[in-house]
Amino acid sequence: MSPKTVLRASSALCLCASAALAVTGSAASAQDTTITIATVNNGDMIRMQGYTDLFTEQTGIAVEWVTLEENVLRQRVTTDITTNGGQFDIMTIGMYETPIWGANGWLVPLDNLSEEYNVDDILPAMRNGLSYDGTLYAAPFYGESSMVMYRTDLMEAAGLEMPDGPTWEFIEQAAAAMNDPENEVYGICLRGKPGWGEGGAFITVTANSFGARWFDEDWNAQFDTPEWEQALTFYVNLMNNYGPPGYATNGFNENLSLFQQGHCGMWIDATVAASFVTNPDESSVADSVGFALAPNHEGVDRRANWLWAWALAIPAGTQQADAALQFIEWATSAEYIELVAENEGWANVPPGARTSLYETPEYQEVPFAQMTLDSINAADPTNPTVDPVPYVGIQFVAIPEFAGFATEVSQEFSEVYAGQKSIEEALANAQSLTNDAMEAAGYR
Amino acid sequence: MARAVTTRRKIVTTVVAWAVGLLIFFPIYWTILTSFKTEAQAVANPPLFFGFDFTLENYAIVQERSDYMRYLWNSVIIAGGSTILGILIAVPAAWSMAFVPSKRTKDILLWMLSTKMLPAVGVLYPISLLFVQFDLLDTRGGLIVVLMLINLPIIVWMLYTYFREIPGEILEAARMDGAGLRAEILYVLTPMAIPGIASTILLNVILAWNEAFWTLNLTAVNAAPLTAFIASYSSPEGLFYAKLSAASTMAIAPILVMGWFSQKQLVRGLTFGAVK
Repeated sequence: MSPKTVLRASSALCLCASAALAVTGSAASAQDTTITIATVNNGDMIRMQGYTDLFTEQTGIAVEWVTLEENVLRQRVTTDITTNGGQFDIMTIGMYETPIWGANGWLVPLDNLSEEYNVDDILPAMRNGLSYDGTLYAAPFYGESSMVMYRTDLMEAAGLEMPDGPTWEFIEQAAAAMNDPENEVYGICLRGKPGWGEGGAFITVTANSFGARWFDEDWNAQFDTPEWEQALTFYVNLMNNYGPPGYATNGFNENLSLFQQGHCGMWIDATVAASFVTNPDESSVADSVGFALAPNHEGVDRRANWLWAWALAIPAGTQQADAALQFIEWATSAEYIELVAENEGWANVPPGARTSLYETPEYQEVPFAQMTLDSINAADPTNPTVDPVPYVGIQFVAIPEFAGFATEVSQEFSEVYAGQKSIEEALANAQSLTNDAMEAAGYR
Repeated sequence: MARAVTTRRKIVTTVVAWAVGLLIFFPIYWTILTSFKTEAQAVANPPLFFGFDFTLENYAIVQERSDYMRYLWNSVIIAGGSTILGILIAVPAAWSMAFVPSKRTKDILLWMLSTKMLPAVGVLYPISLLFVQFDLLDTRGGLIVVLMLINLPIIVWMLYTYFREIPGEILEAARMDGAGLRAEILYVLTPMAIPGIASTILLNVILAWNEAFWTLNLTAVNAAPLTAFIASYSSPEGLFYAKLSAASTMAIAPILVMGWFSQKQLVRGLTFGAVK
């Protein structure tokens, strides 16, 4: 290579570098009427992105979407909110974050919603779960509980009939009757994957339905109680006997695909799954799915169903609070639900947020509508367990430290599911690590 | 006899090399294959290698839902910009360490490398606060600087190793002929180290292209590169593997093609010294 060529090449490199840096300058400028929304990738959210042009037409406010994986989204918005980054005008957050962030003053209170919006139409369970101290901090876009989804054809073949509100004992009996591992049909599929929002959420609601709780009123961990041992032992026996192999790593999506392919007799999980398992384009068992309330242990007055909502909230650092509020009112309104119903059918509207949806005659005909509503109504985040607790939340404890230690606890339990640890050992570890975390955080 | 052993050894080596190659390539092959399946087939058990309905539907959906070109352009600028900036700093740095070493050069080299041992999340907050302070969030400029800093230790080390193999006498001769420092680096050292610099550039582009921590945490809309494009197709509730695979295939395609074309330089640069 001649010296001239080298010189030319290096000046080209320098030019490129300065061009690259120059381009970055222009990227920072933004229009006044553009709002940025951070969200997760799920069917209802993606559908909403398709309709935002209508919102822009009506209001002149442009919308930019940032779609992220759930855990990345949590990390991203937490960093943004705590460093006052101001990257987002609306954030999609869940029922766990909302009361904590509201209490910290990180969210704009939604107390000046317009009259037409009719905030009283939001389902009471959702409204409570998304409020702190009586103030609403996020508007539910869709809500869910959990329920039993089962194969009506297999139930019939087993000569059993699913009651509307089964007990765990009945679930075990049905699982035994439907279990046919030789033909790759397993009696029951449940979450076992580590993570507070995955297997952790499921075992927590199971424990609630056996009369257990995470903490007593003085924030002492309760894993050393007979109720926890009973719940965990029941779950492990049920899954070892009638569950699919490798259930310790199954989460929502893994079980969804197992159920859709006809490998599960029953599946207890989020109510939103109902629209997936009854969709003939995706599911090979679409026309033989029935629904029932999540079970309870005989004699225990709590069912194993949770409550969750993906909701839209405005971070306190935003410069565009008014435009953001306008969007939230539009996206979580009864009119938006009608818009989706008109274009995509009632089975595809975002469920679980508004009372009026369940009063709509067309929606009442959707096979899973009533059971979804009943499940949501059966969940009370302020009173989740048999014995009193100092926290709010059903499948979680609404304190900032929970995500950390609950993930560790669920890892302990997943090791039991994988056969690497005994139940006693896992419970003892869960007890000490939870107490340590609570001590470090100053609760005890 | 010796010939027979050689042939057998050749066969064994070839088979092992192919096996290792295929093993490493398999995840990419599987991703590409999955991108042409329907969502239900993507998660079918047992997995489908043949006999599925070949569909381009996922690519159509991804194309419709996301502005691929915007993410691609951001990736090109961020990976290219950070590489150029890195090389501009690393060449003089490596030159001074290779040809004018001081008592502490080895320590500095080790210290530079030690910054790679810290998990990125450990400095998430300091970096985020700096970005907020200097208004760099969601800008390509900010990411170029961060990615350059992250990869700088590696490219300094690589260049240092190449430069060390160039005999100092050649540079001395250039100096005798009246070459100044700039001329020495630009006209004598650089041309001799071209294979080394080329492979360093390639490696750095690949590292910056695939970087998925800072590019996700420091961007939102304007500067989001292909890593954010891929991340937007993972879903907490619902099947997504086929669409995710289509998005991943689209994201790795440019770098894969670049890798194929520059395979020779890459291998030569990584395995040979400057003057061998």
